[in-house]
Amino acid sequence: MYWSWEVAFDVLPQLGKGVIVTIQATIVASILAYVLGLGIAILKMSKSKLLRVVLYWVTEFIRRTPILVQLYVVFYVLPDYGIFFEAFTCGVLVLGIHFSTYTAEVFRAGIDNVPKGQWEAAKSLNYNQYQTWKNVILPQAIPPMIPPLANYLITMFKETPLLAAITVVELFRAADQYSNSHYKYLEPMTLVGVFFLIVSIPSAIIAMKLEKRFKQRKI
Amino acid sequence: MKEVLAFYPILIDGTITTIILTVLSAILALGISFVVGLSRISKFKIVRVLAIIYLEFFRGSSALVQMFFIYFVLPMWGIYFDALTAGVIAIGCNLGAYGSEVVRGGVLAVGKEQHEASLALNYSPYKRYRYVIIPQAIPVMIPTFGNLLIELLKLTSVASLITISDLTFMAHIIRVQTALTLEPFLVILVIYFIIASILVKIVDIIAKKFSKGRNIMVAGEN
Repeated sequence: MYWSWEVAFDVLPQLGKGVIVTIQATIVASILAYVLGLGIAILKMSKSKLLRVVLYWVTEFIRRTPILVQLYVVFYVLPDYGIFFEAFTCGVLVLGIHFSTYTAEVFRAGIDNVPKGQWEAAKSLNYNQYQTWKNVILPQAIPPMIPPLANYLITMFKETPLLAAITVVELFRAADQYSNSHYKYLEPMTLVGVFFLIVSIPSAIIAMKLEKRFKQRKI
Repeated sequence: MKEVLAFYPILIDGTITTIILTVLSAILALGISFVVGLSRISKFKIVRVLAIIYLEFFRGSSALVQMFFIYFVLPMWGIYFDALTAGVIAIGCNLGAYGSEVVRGGVLAVGKEQHEASLALNYSPYKRYRYVIIPQAIPVMIPTFGNLLIELLKLTSVASLITISDLTFMAHIIRVQTALTLEPFLVILVIYFIIASILVKIVDIIAKKFSKGRNIMVAGEN
């Protein structure tokens, strides 16, 4: 079986549509993961021990179970309870929630890195909670978080093919559909792989450069 | 719930398949991690370049794509694997790429004076790594390897898409047979969680064992 450019060009338009869905899923899921992650990180610093313990086990449960199964749960189970989401929404929701447990760790480490004196300074200026977070803590905590958060963005991008399992026609499923209807497996799957490489290698390099830059700034 | 638990024989089968898949791919991934990770710090440029190509290739393209490629595309060239082998190869190669970074990081974390000391003792490169560098690098590597092991376990569920009858696959069978949705998936989520928690515990024990009597802080232990 040899590579055929004819097939490759024939499949490209379908893959193009898939690429758009893949990118949309990545962007929406990552925004969700960042927002939820920050929320979890802040809640994990709560004074209530019960809340911390519950959060710990909930996030551990999400982290220690496969995304694919979580996708199935949301996709198959919610309609039974009268909640109907599009497959795309389910997928983005699960990806976002799953990775929020990872980004929460990044946020927590970043917040922990802000020296204690800064909290005390904010207190002595009579800042309220909101002002403290917005004006003192987050501006110092966020820059060092950017490289690891960028890495999770790349990871989420590479997990989007899983959405194919719940019928979202993203890049991978678009290729798979073409393969099954035309009995051509080589070209579509290779193009998908190449696309992932083309996007993720340069972004990994950018993430690495960011890391170096923020390290220098710290010193 | 009762209907689902009545299917316990296939749940047990699925659990066993998941564990076999996890163990075999973990062994493959560990081997690849060391080969590729040590190649990254080789004296020879060609070896380093090959290692980087391997790393970027398997880390850069998605695991599911790699699995489908091995299972559906390679047979077109006359390379046949059964589903389990294809799954093990894909998962092992993918996690091996991530693991190689752990090995490289661990070896680089060993102080320069240790390299120099073993040179001064006229150790051959093999002896240098076998007796001086790697034993000190391992405690640093273990916690990160532990995290990767959990990622590996989670990745095995994807193998159900290439017809391996693991836990996730069995959950589908039960779903179709009983027309229940929540219960089968809930049961396997709990089983995955239990397996993962056992793995976390085992890695903890190993980490303690390796750091015993050493003056090295165990990175990431908390």
